Amino acid sequence: MVTKKTYQAVVIGSSAGGLNALKTLFEALDERFPLPVIIVQHMSPDAENYLPSFLDNMKKIRVKEADEKEIPQPGTAYIAPPNYHLLMEHNGSFTLTVSERVNYARPSIDVLFETAAEAYREKLIGIILTGANNDGSRGLKKVKEMGGMALVQDPEEAESDAMPRAAMEAVKVDQVLPLKGIANFLNTLI
Amino acid sequence: MKKKQEEILENREIEIRLLIEAIYLKYGYDFRNYSQAHVRRRILNRFKLSGLTSISEMIHRVLTDDEFVEKILMDLSITVTEMFRDPSFYKALRQSVLPVLRTYPFVKIWHAGCASGEEVYSMAIMLKEEGLLHKTQIYATDFNPIIIRHAKKAEYPVSRIKEFTVGYQKAGGRSSFSDYYKADEESARLIDPLRKNIVFAHHNLVTDSVFAEVNLIVCRNVLIYFNRELQDKVIGLFMESLSGGGFLCLGSKENLQFSSHFSAFEPVVEQERIYIKKYSS
Repeated sequence: MVTKKTYQAVVIGSSAGGLNALKTLFEALDERFPLPVIIVQHMSPDAENYLPSFLDNMKKIRVKEADEKEIPQPGTAYIAPPNYHLLMEHNGSFTLTVSERVNYARPSIDVLFETAAEAYREKLIGIILTGANNDGSRGLKKVKEMGGMALVQDPEEAESDAMPRAAMEAVKVDQVLPLKGIANFLNTLI
Repeated sequence: MKKKQEEILENREIEIRLLIEAIYLKYGYDFRNYSQAHVRRRILNRFKLSGLTSISEMIHRVLTDDEFVEKILMDLSITVTEMFRDPSFYKALRQSVLPVLRTYPFVKIWHAGCASGEEVYSMAIMLKEEGLLHKTQIYATDFNPIIIRHAKKAEYPVSRIKEFTVGYQKAGGRSSFSDYYKADEESARLIDPLRKNIVFAHHNLVTDSVFAEVNLIVCRNVLIYFNRELQDKVIGLFMESLSGGGFLCLGSKENLQFSSHFSAFEPVVEQERIYIKKYSS
């Protein structure tokens, strides 16, 4: 049984088409959503990180770029900075690194998900959204292995279906949902 | 999570800690205050590649096999860097720092954690273009002797030249990047005049102390790997190494906000993490 006290954090990975997907997700998200949401969106390494202010301006939950050593707070979303990996420490704080790309990506979804899975264990929800590669599959598998919940955006709906499909192939996911369905599920955690 | 799994994870943590301790006791390289998530990932990657059956077995290898130690040191080193990484930083340096250094008769610069040297040579190119290189001494240091040997060579795969050239242009380069290297089919070697005033040396930020008084310290994307305590210690080392009015440049996601030495510095270009050490009161 899912009860609202079960989960402590949500991690989201998105790539091609992710900006629109996150926008749709945030539109449907209740502003009282209580958990920290930690997001890796693939982007060009020297891109200006417009995503935090873009999502923050939607006036749902607070959105900011993840700072090194920061401890994620309830009802706040954190975006990995471009050109840095975002890792979770066991003590619950963020670490940023400039180590090698993983799956050609920095930030990599796998790196966030694998480290968050260890930090939050069964209290984590991992969500893979639209994307044209297979980053995130290994991470989502780890989330599952540690007892957390694995959600994937319905590939039929996704702008790019490769990443959701790769995740579904690698992991026995708990639910495959359209973005609105994902938001509705998250809203039940309030 | 199941109890068995819990125990496996707990044991793994103990083994990783013992391995890190063994490296310190035997070789003096101290990773005990590094980001644990980073160290764990690196050690587990090496473990998977090693074909060994447990992390404890890695401890024995580390104590007895030089090649294996070198591999682990490379794993734990921060070796990823590029020329003119964050071009806006180099622009800011050119605009706000070099004009001040130009007024000095002689300039000393310390690149701490120089890895394979890309950022040091970026600096040398900029100093050359601003007419400062001839009166500058650059100390480029890293704890990893293997990587310093790479840096000294000033040789990079030709496949990276394109990325370097883009960085150079974005950073406001005044000439053509092709003036600065000679390439054959495989590699590109930076020209000798750039290398002349650079001394590459072994220095460990974690365990070594001040070695010179300098006017500018560049240490970018190194502190993010350290815990707060170690960050603070290293910032203290930088403070002691800088002359009054000396500059400190950190990585774009690093800052002095949480340091006990915060009040000893003032931001020059905050956005680019360029600080100046106040004249002592």
